[in-house]
Amino acid sequence: MIELLNVTRIVDGETHIRDVSLRLEDGTLNVLLGPTLAGKTSLMRLMAGLDQPTSGAIRVNGQDVRRVPVQKRGVAMVYQQFINYPTLTVYENIASPLRVARMARATIDEEVRRTADLLQLGPMLERMPHELSGGQQQRVAIARAIVKKAGLVLLDEPLANLDYKLREELRAELPRIFAESGAIFVYATTEPTEALLLGGNTATMSEGRITQFGPTIDVFHRPADLLTARTFADPPLNTMPARKAGAGFELEGGAVVPAGALAAIADGNYTLGFRAHHLGLMPQLPGAVAVETTVEISEITGSESYIHVRHGGSRWVMLAPGVHNLDPGTAVTAYIDTRRILIFDTNGRALAHAPGLAA
Amino acid sequence: MTEAAASSASLARAEARARARRRSWSWLVPTLYILFLMLPIYWLVNMSFKTTNEILGAFSLWPRNFTLQNYQRIFTDPVWYWGYFNSLIYVTINTVISVAVALPAAYAFSRYRFMGDKHLFFWLLTNRMAPPAIFVLPFIQLYSSVGLFDTHIAVAMAHLLFNIPLAVWILEGFMSGIPREIDETAYIDGYSFPRFFVRIFMPLVASGIGVAAFFCFMFSWVELLLAKSLTSVVARPIASVMTRTSSISGYELGQLAAAGVLTIIPGALVIWFVRNYIAKGFALGRV
Repeated sequence: MIELLNVTRIVDGETHIRDVSLRLEDGTLNVLLGPTLAGKTSLMRLMAGLDQPTSGAIRVNGQDVRRVPVQKRGVAMVYQQFINYPTLTVYENIASPLRVARMARATIDEEVRRTADLLQLGPMLERMPHELSGGQQQRVAIARAIVKKAGLVLLDEPLANLDYKLREELRAELPRIFAESGAIFVYATTEPTEALLLGGNTATMSEGRITQFGPTIDVFHRPADLLTARTFADPPLNTMPARKAGAGFELEGGAVVPAGALAAIADGNYTLGFRAHHLGLMPQLPGAVAVETTVEISEITGSESYIHVRHGGSRWVMLAPGVHNLDPGTAVTAYIDTRRILIFDTNGRALAHAPGLAA
Repeated sequence: MTEAAASSASLARAEARARARRRSWSWLVPTLYILFLMLPIYWLVNMSFKTTNEILGAFSLWPRNFTLQNYQRIFTDPVWYWGYFNSLIYVTINTVISVAVALPAAYAFSRYRFMGDKHLFFWLLTNRMAPPAIFVLPFIQLYSSVGLFDTHIAVAMAHLLFNIPLAVWILEGFMSGIPREIDETAYIDGYSFPRFFVRIFMPLVASGIGVAAFFCFMFSWVELLLAKSLTSVVARPIASVMTRTSSISGYELGQLAAAGVLTIIPGALVIWFVRNYIAKGFALGRV
């Protein structure tokens, strides 16, 4: 178990990490999700002990580890760039943490070969890292992280520089590989889809802060605030200003979203948010609200179309099944699935339930 | 069989001719270049196998009376061959100290930020801009008063003045090309700093060490003023011994030429060993 208590890190007057408190349990997979510069790497470096917090405490199993040097922390880390020791063979690269730990030669050999087989590096053990492809190099780095059997494994966008196919493959393997180790597994990524595929828990990050932490599916479906919802949305979250009056939210242009269970909340200004696939060209369900929009551009990706539309002052992305090659400027009626609408108050905090959404 | 075919054939012929013409001249420039480059060296070697009388008496493209006497004297006279030993001794001491001191310094400049690091780095370079002549007097006085005058270490230390900055400058370039993440990965793997530095880091900058050592060797080997002024008998360098050849009858030119040829050899040997690294050093823009 690793605990961060009100951790802040300031470098040259710039706040990299702002008052982060987080508690990660043994044997869990935790995703740090956020755009570039959100502080994911900074947070990992603090957990690894490569950097020290300006204030706040870091505890591993209840022990304050701020004075413990990196060498004694029992962590493993994989970087986005493929970092291996260029002058050592693949075998020696994987063996290096064990050699430093002065393990018996036979044990090292056994461990290295077992781990190499796990990552399909068996035939490449005698090669040098630069003779391998990018995916293989990253697998060597991952093998080195596994073989160490560290209690805390940090993966900083490990698949970002790999091509699509390899990424799919490794992403499926990684949780399985680490699951049996019982270690705390921290995985940083910029891609919401990757977080959803990995499962486990997700901490969304924005500007050095953790905006929400919880089971990945919960964070996705019930973001605590607008920032989290925006971070955890790909394509970007669609938003629009709305005014609550009586039993409905009145949108720009006159359409009204029934407030349902939220009829009791105070009248005033709110922000409504909904995802691209909750906006469609056809009423997906009875009760969908129709809004008049103008097409800005449509992108076709195989069997789906991303249609960028404008409604008043808002720009939205619609994910429509099928091929829709709409010319810019075309007027279309779009339907918002109101069951999935997220409602935020003027401070960006989410209200407990969307209208009409029972659970 | 038509006009088109005929014209295309003639076109091909013309092209082939043009290519042949181009090819026939392409050897010229490099040949001239090498010729002019090698001429003085050939002349030196040529002279070293002649007697002084022949050198002064007639213009000859190769030795008429081939003689090994010049070389024989150098290899039998202790004053001569000790000149070479002395030079090699202080050059080696200097190279070893320069690289050993520059390695940690370059690492600090490359990896850490500290107050005035950029100024300090630039100041190191300015040491190379100072002419050695201005340091001659203070060095002689200082070394005499502490009893270091006319020792190998004295010359070696004097040469550190411009070789350490150079070595730091070269090594820093090589080290900054290595991602910091490698250092961190090593610490995470459990390496202590000394172990990481020797096991992981030094092999990575091996070519940089080679280039730095080469330049320290070269600059120390060709430096004359400090080496000559700081020694008298015991640690006298070869360049200083060569001034001995003047006598009442004038300079012994054959002898001088033979000594000159032998002076080229160590440098040529070192270049041969580090030739692959030098190109890398140039590519990094630090040499």
